[in-house]
Amino acid sequence: MLEVIAKRLLIAIPSLLGVVLVTFVLTRALPGDPAAYFAGPAASRQAVEEIRVKLGLDAPLPVQFFRYVRDLARGELGTSLTTGQPVVTEIVTRLPASAELTLAGLIVSVLIAVPLGILAATRPGSWIDHMCRVVTTAGVSLPVFFTGLVFVYVFYFLLGVAPAPLGRLDIFYSAPPRITGFYLIDSLLTGNVGTFVAAAQQLLLPAATLAVFSLAPIARMTRASMLAVLSSDFVRTARSSGLSWYTVVVTYAFRNAMLPVVTTLGMVFSFLLGANVLVEKVFAWPGIGSYAVEALIASDFAPVQGFVLTMAVLYVALNLLIDLLYAVIDPRVRLEA
Amino acid sequence: MSAALRHARYVVSENPVTGFAFGLALLLLLASTIGPSLVPYDPFASNTAAALQPPSMRHWFGTDQLGRDIFSRVIVATRLDCGIALASVLLVFVMGGLAGVAAGFFGGWMDRVVGRVADTIMAFPLFVLAMGIVAALGNNVQNIVIATAIVNFPLYARVARAEASIRREAGFVEAGRLSGNGEWRLLVFHVLPNVFPILVVQMSLTMGYAILNAAGLSFIGLGVRPPTAEWGIMVAEGASFIVSGEWWMAFFPGAALMLAVFCFNLLGDGLRDIVDPRRRT
Repeated sequence: MLEVIAKRLLIAIPSLLGVVLVTFVLTRALPGDPAAYFAGPAASRQAVEEIRVKLGLDAPLPVQFFRYVRDLARGELGTSLTTGQPVVTEIVTRLPASAELTLAGLIVSVLIAVPLGILAATRPGSWIDHMCRVVTTAGVSLPVFFTGLVFVYVFYFLLGVAPAPLGRLDIFYSAPPRITGFYLIDSLLTGNVGTFVAAAQQLLLPAATLAVFSLAPIARMTRASMLAVLSSDFVRTARSSGLSWYTVVVTYAFRNAMLPVVTTLGMVFSFLLGANVLVEKVFAWPGIGSYAVEALIASDFAPVQGFVLTMAVLYVALNLLIDLLYAVIDPRVRLEA
Repeated sequence: MSAALRHARYVVSENPVTGFAFGLALLLLLASTIGPSLVPYDPFASNTAAALQPPSMRHWFGTDQLGRDIFSRVIVATRLDCGIALASVLLVFVMGGLAGVAAGFFGGWMDRVVGRVADTIMAFPLFVLAMGIVAALGNNVQNIVIATAIVNFPLYARVARAEASIRREAGFVEAGRLSGNGEWRLLVFHVLPNVFPILVVQMSLTMGYAILNAAGLSFIGLGVRPPTAEWGIMVAEGASFIVSGEWWMAFFPGAALMLAVFCFNLLGDGLRDIVDPRRRT
């Protein structure tokens, strides 16, 4: 198992290098002269030159790249022009909000999509199969910000059952003490049930929005993979041995059908992390996505760059995790290593 | 011509859903070509006396906070939204298709370079990378097109590469080689035409995603600026009125967006079933 982990880590290194290189190229591609840009429109020629030296933009590109990597290794991502805060601290304080939202969305999505896919595969051609197809096609076609707004209108304005779409917690509650940064976990750890319920209520709509969007690939893959496994010889043998429906479908078939589903999780995360930005804007969620959007509007580049880098590193790490999960589920992968 | 028509009729009658999608695509085409000259109101004319009116016979989709007719704006926006998506899809079709075919056909260092570029792009969450590219290149429509194209590059390059590498040693390519055709000539006149239909299906499949991507970028305030009529930005403008109950401002542009994406997804699925029946799910 250790060997598998080491091997996957080695595979992830080129991806990380690529990510760092691309974010570096993106900073150099800033329209116009970055020094003049950072100096502001009213700066004199001399001030621009000073800033150029200060930012290290007078050095040759390879030197600049080396400095950039060195700063990254020290955990420096620059300073935001609008807030004056280091980008790293902002991202670290806001990351748990985004992570909680994304994970909640993924969990809701898996809880709905996997049973739906299994049921559709065990009864091909039935109404549940057709429903699965319609739901998944509609799910990928719905713009995620549109779904979010429809949810807000129906559940907040019309039915009045959801709280106002304004962040992680209603203003009447104070945030739980920071332990993990996840409000749901922190409020439970400190035994504050009221805050837990309030935070869960705020989380429900945005998480459901993300879930609708990511439902399709999981449900489709579960259905296709279950169909293939259910028609295989060992399932027929299990059936003819008189095992119960549950044992055949869940214990025998589902465990084998899980592999392709786990693989699609990589793509699902790519969708989720991107959709997260839009959902955060709709629900005024104080995550790193809305931080990046605010910075984008203000043409403040350092936070955007930090955000892109964080997301990419996170995504590479998630893919690594999926690969490892793969090895846990499938002993054959372990043997290959 | 009649053979092409007959084939088109076969495609439509084969699967009613595909036929429906073709109808929708035709509607989108009409809206984006002659739509702007048919709409009842000027999409930019504000009329504060008629602001924030719900849908009625006068204003089918209601009016926004400046009294502009939403129906006219939704129709006029079709050209811009579909135009951005089409331009980016065509761009990546040429870039990704050529790079992928060359990688699959020649192999060697070219294959490694294209593969490495595709892997690096795939290492990012795609929408996030698109945001970063637009932020770096500059906030305008042209860069939205470029960003959407770059983000789709791996999909095209991989499909084209796989299809070209299967055909590299195919009989008709060997025959062409033996009759003295150069490698580039083989690539352009023999391999490329065979990969073409599969890439066209890919175009239709990614068109929906391209529309979503571009609209998402303009929803967060990139690219298109107000008062331009564009679906993403119209939903963004309507978003702040949702909580006070003026649903029509965000709903109709959002619904148009959804319909367009739905149409291209169905169309792509239908075309794929016809070109490659094995991949039907």
